[in-house]
Amino acid sequence: MMQEHLSIFLVILPLVAAPIVAIMPRGRYAWAFSFVVAMVCAVIAGQQLWSVTHHGVISYALGGWAPPWGIEYRIDSVNAFIAVIIAGIAAITLPYALLSVEKEIPEHKQPLFYSAFLLCFAGLLGITQTGDIFNVFVFLEISSLSTYALISMGQKRQALTSAYQYLIMGTLGATFFLIGVGLLYSQTGTLNMMDLAKLLPDVVGLKTVHTGFAFILIGIALKLALFPLHLWLPNAYTYAPTVITVFLAATATKVAVYVMLRILFTIFPDGFVAASPAGDLFIILGIAGVIIASVYAIYQTNVKRLLAYSSVAQIGYIALGIGFATSLGLTASIVHLFNHALMKGALFMAVGAIIYRIGTSHISELNGLGRKMPWTFAAIIIAGLSLIGVPGTAGFISKWYLVLAALEQQAWFAVAIILLGSLLAVIYIGKIVETLYFKPAKEKQTTIQEAPILLLAPTWLLVIANIYFGLNTELTVGIAEQAVQALVGTPK
Amino acid sequence: MSAEMLLQITILLPLLGAIGIVIAHRNPDIRETVTLITASLIAVLVIIIANRFFQGETFAFTVAEPIPGISIAFKIEALGMLFALVAGLLWIVTSIYAIGYMRGHKEENQTRFYAAFAIAISCTLAIAFSDNLFTLFLFYELLTLSTYPLVAHAGNEDARKGGRVYLGILLGTSIGLFLVAILVTWLVTGSITFQQGGILANKLDPAWAGLLYALFLFGIGKAAVMPFHRWLPAAMVAPTPVSALLHAVAVVKAGVFTLLKITIYIFGSDFILSNDVTGVLVWVAAATILLASLIAMSKDNLKARLAYSTVSQLSYIALGAMLASKSALIGASMHIAMHAFSKITLFFAAGAIYVACHKKLISELDGLGRAMPVTFAAFLIGTLSIIGLPLFGGMWSKWYLALGAVETGQLLLVAVLMLSSLLNIAYLLPIPIRGFFSKPANGKHYSKIKEAPKTILLAMLITSSACVILFFYPDPFYQLAKLAAGGS
Repeated sequence: MMQEHLSIFLVILPLVAAPIVAIMPRGRYAWAFSFVVAMVCAVIAGQQLWSVTHHGVISYALGGWAPPWGIEYRIDSVNAFIAVIIAGIAAITLPYALLSVEKEIPEHKQPLFYSAFLLCFAGLLGITQTGDIFNVFVFLEISSLSTYALISMGQKRQALTSAYQYLIMGTLGATFFLIGVGLLYSQTGTLNMMDLAKLLPDVVGLKTVHTGFAFILIGIALKLALFPLHLWLPNAYTYAPTVITVFLAATATKVAVYVMLRILFTIFPDGFVAASPAGDLFIILGIAGVIIASVYAIYQTNVKRLLAYSSVAQIGYIALGIGFATSLGLTASIVHLFNHALMKGALFMAVGAIIYRIGTSHISELNGLGRKMPWTFAAIIIAGLSLIGVPGTAGFISKWYLVLAALEQQAWFAVAIILLGSLLAVIYIGKIVETLYFKPAKEKQTTIQEAPILLLAPTWLLVIANIYFGLNTELTVGIAEQAVQALVGTPK
Repeated sequence: MSAEMLLQITILLPLLGAIGIVIAHRNPDIRETVTLITASLIAVLVIIIANRFFQGETFAFTVAEPIPGISIAFKIEALGMLFALVAGLLWIVTSIYAIGYMRGHKEENQTRFYAAFAIAISCTLAIAFSDNLFTLFLFYELLTLSTYPLVAHAGNEDARKGGRVYLGILLGTSIGLFLVAILVTWLVTGSITFQQGGILANKLDPAWAGLLYALFLFGIGKAAVMPFHRWLPAAMVAPTPVSALLHAVAVVKAGVFTLLKITIYIFGSDFILSNDVTGVLVWVAAATILLASLIAMSKDNLKARLAYSTVSQLSYIALGAMLASKSALIGASMHIAMHAFSKITLFFAAGAIYVACHKKLISELDGLGRAMPVTFAAFLIGTLSIIGLPLFGGMWSKWYLALGAVETGQLLLVAVLMLSSLLNIAYLLPIPIRGFFSKPANGKHYSKIKEAPKTILLAMLITSSACVILFFYPDPFYQLAKLAAGGS
């Protein structure tokens, strides 16, 4: 019983903390409070994952109303795993936030900033924890609205237009999702995901259900920035405050992928995805995303934007795994979900440390900085290697499973694309490294020092995680395999 | 000391050395002392390990197992022992040489140079001792990455461009082809651990074996089989000690070593011989041998000529691997060692000339031999050993390679080997001859030019005498080669 309460607490805690933080008088207090909340959430999420993998599914009926009539929180190894990613990243990002936010956000806005951050955090956790599809929509809006506000707090004026762009696209996505949910409801009369899974097989032939499926698919694809619906992402990541870029890159798209997985593989009956054009669509868009976004990344002159395009390419890999729709492919996707959070988190943090020192992430300003900031530079190299997929790093594990999944399907073209994507990553990471190290430093930057420890420590925590999860995959692959079972093999 | 510990120390020691080098960056003398001590210890350690290996001891340990069945594990077998012995012994010689060269040449960023060098050696030893394809692949990639700063050392546009070609081809082939080959092997057999006799027999349809072998052959870009050889001439922008040890010994030999490992322990020579897996591919190697020799002949830049000579010589080893008969494998394995000693001597001499009088072109060397007799004598010995004449170690490997070609009935390949020896004479021998017998252009006299610094001369002396000694005493390398080829 205690366990179920902890699971609901995971969502309620940041939700309640947000307004408290908003009225705090000073930025530092707000930060300290948020930090404690994030730490507590991380511990609960970790405990929840342990409990789910050892004792099975957790179910909590909100307000005592039994499902499917009331809202149910239903946690299996998939969403427990995603919750750990979110809460873990939040707990690592917040120590980093202290200095970075003080530099980038005016003092009087800081409490509001942290408040919005906690709301976003609560929203993302809510999406993962709930077992009710309408509830997903509600939390999706909570997280999205707070994200728009957070992005608009960026230093540059373009932050406002980026936030606006994301607002339009995000709202479109959410609306599509809601229309889809409505259509499904009209045919089944239920919003509980498990119940939907039970009822859908009887009505699956109906045009309304197909239409609903299409609406949901497009809506979520917008949220997860699946190529070519990614247009909001590069701007949003580039102009958002550093901390928000780190947090969003590591969590927001991941949660959208989770929702996608749930809908494709849990709610809709076995074989529906394979019979619909969705599977092929994912493979085609995944391939296009990997190639086109990687090529775009190569030509970027702003490192943050470069990494943002790289994120779109990485989502392409995840989409490929989903498109294969085999257990190996899904394992690869879920493993990559986790590993990509580690590497992009580390990379954006390291770039943020550079921004903290020189105030920009334009590549022409970075000449020779690698020598001035050796630890930051080393972090970029290692996380970059992980992104490329060099053995011994987490990235290799993802690539290994993804290529195996492609080979299993004898999808030779996909194999070639995955490897080509790695090579393109070599080029864009190489471009950053070469600039940082081999180009002579500019005169005015001779006094630049290494980033402060408070920025370096969280960065290196993620860097070390990149190596650790490249050598020990018990946690990642083991849980991903369990998660796939939970996704596909749910009792109907 | 336990066998396992000895192996761990040998792989880790150069890394510790690299850390020591970085810590001592303020005082060049201490820094170089760290390099020398580490390198000497490694030389001693590989000799001790070789001794105990001959006595029949097994060395093995596992670091981690990221994916069930796929581990980072090390185990010493004959071929790896041979490679480690070559790399370990030549590091100390190169270090002695490098100190003279880097100081004589007043290079910048020397700390980075020595540190990256030590890391590269660590990766090389790890490759030599790896027990499965995953471990080998891991350190193969790390070797590429750790040598990149050495290639781009000068930091100017030329060096960066060379570095880009270097990384591009080596990473490109390894991720695009080598990794695929490993994955296919894993998918087919469910194992990627090296095993005497190979793991593919009875599991892989022989019709596909040729294709898989081609993936390996071209994927291992470090073996520099055409058309993926361009990185090696590009890497010549590096300082000469790097070209000498890494691009004549460690990196390139890591490539052909990998190829031999895969031939012997993944395919198995019986599988290759009975199914004619490499029937067509041997001609790729044969073509590389001849074409690279012809290109070498057209190069006036001394290091470029040596680089193409290396490309050609590497394909001897690739050829031996693909012939897969016992003598051919012995010849190929021995050529790893023999070519290493000869080619490093040539590079040392080229660097000595560069340090002493800043000459890079062969056409400028007329008459220089009389001013620098030791350097040119060493060059001559290296040349003769590469050609494969008696009294020099290079003869043995060529002997067994030719024997292997005869054994398998490939008489045309014997002709290729002979023709290539003639080409070797044609492009290498004129260099010392010019030095000793030609008169300098415009009636200049090289009275002011002296020999290079003493440490450089010492290093050349060691490697050139090794070329001779290996003719009379090739035994350790021969024994290891024989063991690797499956004899007792």
